[in-house]
Amino acid sequence: MAETILTHTSQLDRPQGWRGIAADWASDQRAFKNVSWGKAMMWIFLLSDTFIFGCFLLSYMTARMSTRVPWPNPSEVFALRIGGSEIPLILIAIMTFVLISSSGTMAMAVNFGYRHDRRKTAILMLLTAALGATFVGMQAFEWTKLITEGVRPWGNPWGAAQFGSCFFMITGFHGTHVTIGVIFLIIVARKVWRGDFDIGRPGFFTSRRGRYENVEIMGLYWHFVDLVWVFIFAFFYLW
Amino acid sequence: MVDVTPADAVPPAEVGEVELYHPHSWWTKYVFSQDAKVIAVQYSATATAIGLVALVLSWLMRLQLGFPGTFDFITPEAYYQFITMHGMIMVIYLLTALFLGGFGNYLIPLMVGARDMVFPYVNMLSYWIYLLAVLVLVSSFFAPGGPTGAGWTLYPPQAIMSGTPGGQDWGIILMLSSLILFIVGFTMGGLNYVVTVLQGRTRGMTLMRLPLTVWGIFTATVMALLAFPALFVACVMMLLDRVLGTSFFMPAIVEMGAQLQHNGGSPILFQHLFWFFGHPEVYIVALPAFGIVSDLISTHARKNIFGYRMMVWAIIAIGALSFVVWAHHMYVSGMNPYFGFFFATTTLIIAVPTAIKVYNWVLTLWRGDIHLTIPMLFALAFIVTFVNGGLTGLFLGNVVVDVPLSDTMFVVAHFHMVMGVAPILVIFGAIYHWYPKVTGRMLDETLGKFHFWVTFLGAYLIFFPMHYLGLMGVPRRYAELTDMTIMTESAHHLNSFISIMAFVVGFAQMVFLFNLIWSIRHGREAGGNPWRATTLEWQTPQTPPAHGNFGKELPIVYRWAYDYSVPGAKEDFIPQNVPGDFAPSREPA
Repeated sequence: MAETILTHTSQLDRPQGWRGIAADWASDQRAFKNVSWGKAMMWIFLLSDTFIFGCFLLSYMTARMSTRVPWPNPSEVFALRIGGSEIPLILIAIMTFVLISSSGTMAMAVNFGYRHDRRKTAILMLLTAALGATFVGMQAFEWTKLITEGVRPWGNPWGAAQFGSCFFMITGFHGTHVTIGVIFLIIVARKVWRGDFDIGRPGFFTSRRGRYENVEIMGLYWHFVDLVWVFIFAFFYLW
Repeated sequence: MVDVTPADAVPPAEVGEVELYHPHSWWTKYVFSQDAKVIAVQYSATATAIGLVALVLSWLMRLQLGFPGTFDFITPEAYYQFITMHGMIMVIYLLTALFLGGFGNYLIPLMVGARDMVFPYVNMLSYWIYLLAVLVLVSSFFAPGGPTGAGWTLYPPQAIMSGTPGGQDWGIILMLSSLILFIVGFTMGGLNYVVTVLQGRTRGMTLMRLPLTVWGIFTATVMALLAFPALFVACVMMLLDRVLGTSFFMPAIVEMGAQLQHNGGSPILFQHLFWFFGHPEVYIVALPAFGIVSDLISTHARKNIFGYRMMVWAIIAIGALSFVVWAHHMYVSGMNPYFGFFFATTTLIIAVPTAIKVYNWVLTLWRGDIHLTIPMLFALAFIVTFVNGGLTGLFLGNVVVDVPLSDTMFVVAHFHMVMGVAPILVIFGAIYHWYPKVTGRMLDETLGKFHFWVTFLGAYLIFFPMHYLGLMGVPRRYAELTDMTIMTESAHHLNSFISIMAFVVGFAQMVFLFNLIWSIRHGREAGGNPWRATTLEWQTPQTPPAHGNFGKELPIVYRWAYDYSVPGAKEDFIPQNVPGDFAPSREPA
């Protein structure tokens, strides 16, 4: 009962297998060794947010699978008449392309952020924000088009009332995420541009100094919002 | 197994000193404070205040049940409103907020050896949004039509129909908005608690040296971050059903002879979402209680906790399992019967880790040096109450037994015992235990003993008879039972008796509140470590701990949290920040 366990033992004494994994996780001071507080917090928030979107999508699938009224065909509903022919899902395809591209510019911004290249980082973040705003703008166009065609949260001309409910709720919730992302992208870009992270200027609300890592944390959120869109695209539009 | 690090083997600090926000004025020090300790007190005070509202509501319900027809102002509608608000306030705004927002904020940074939560500003926002949620909730008492009377589970379709109080008025809207706000606020705090435990510990503090209190609060917070999303989504969807007329949860339905606009929604979907949150919620409340009670027992029995590792894994196992049992609340909902088989199995499996915990508490007491202090009395009462409530859980977890017992007073007795009385007993024990650290003074012992005995015995006298009422078939959520054939003369007497006991127990809580306020100035001086405990919060240079918790140097942890009565040591406890190996001497006695 009195055997003594040393926390820091030599390489050879380290436990193997599952015990080793548990011991690494449970080790001194930090569970994730090279992860800062901010990054850990963002990851855990995203995990929680995943459950929110998961619940939304599962509820939508339940509604769609259990309805006895036909579900409107997304290929027709989301088609645009361009040059005399109906092109299915063309707007959604462009929106998806824009949003995925914004993930690319975001990743580049993170790269230049770590090189402390203020100009390029800020420009790329603003470009990301512009792409995000374009996405939201196109979504507003899509909403307007559907509303003029008679789609409402409580009903639509083509079939199950839950089509409109789920559409407005899920794309609205996602669009809110994108909008919040755009706002924060602009805020962080301004901080980068002004050199707040170089001179260590304290934040207006938090009174704490930011670091270039904030760009990456912002990026985590942005990539997450893009990834969620891929699932919405697959489950709502392609199904 | 003694987990001790030699003094020369302490690893170097991995994180530099944090930049603390230093308040400049009275406002930023005590009101808009970013200090977790102040936030904890704010959370606790708000939760207690709203909890008092719930207590009064329970009195009003008992007045009606115990003395039917005597009080004209308790209409059936009002009775439903009391039930709903009592349940919702107790489960969410009191228990969740007090355990995680109150004890979590106070104890996590101190116990893991941190200066504060990792993001104090977000932590502060968490409290203010919680306060806003409480205010929105309270405002529904003054709204036209009063608060919602849908039952704390808010089941649609009735929750948003005109027959239910608040269904077509403001009540349900304010309730759902308040819940959404609560979840937003809680997420801000919860992220802080989790990251502080994972990434903000002091040197030498491995996860397997954390006091079980931190393990309980940590696991509960992780669960809350994954379970609240389901409630959030359910609230948003029901709000849309009510405000915009969508039909997520509303089937085609006739109300007062008129066909409603709703069509094709699924009430069962709401139940799934609600209980995917609702069952983990039971353990969000129970796990912090498990953790705290482990520490109370170990400290006041002057003995190391029995089977620490097993305790940790049991907490994690309970947390994980609680996500796959939710539909045992829905045996009579009309879902596929095969689900019942699956969920009954998983439900009964939870009894294994829970029983491990109970055995370990009892084995910790076994041959310990038990001091019958007030925290210890509450801890012992918790074990008894929890076992009692857990055993009736075995009845209700089985589908065939649950079906006849469903929606009877038996269910009321079960969940009040297991997630009402048991965690609240732990809260009381914890307040008596940590009050000296928060204020520097002890709570009055005599008043405390009075409070304990009346609360413990009284709670038993309230809820134990309800089992019998339930077995007789007395339904719950009925405002009026007088003309029912199952209500015999003796059952009515029992109901009156329960009501009187409810008032007695409620009165004892007033004595407790008086004790809390009186002892701030007149209590006995406590000193830094009145219970001679090992954990870090008792080793702070100042009591109450100052801003930054630990003075100039953060403590270094050399051992686990349970070195009580170590043979060969000078005293019967060795604080976690004391170096050195106190191995028992090998000479024959």
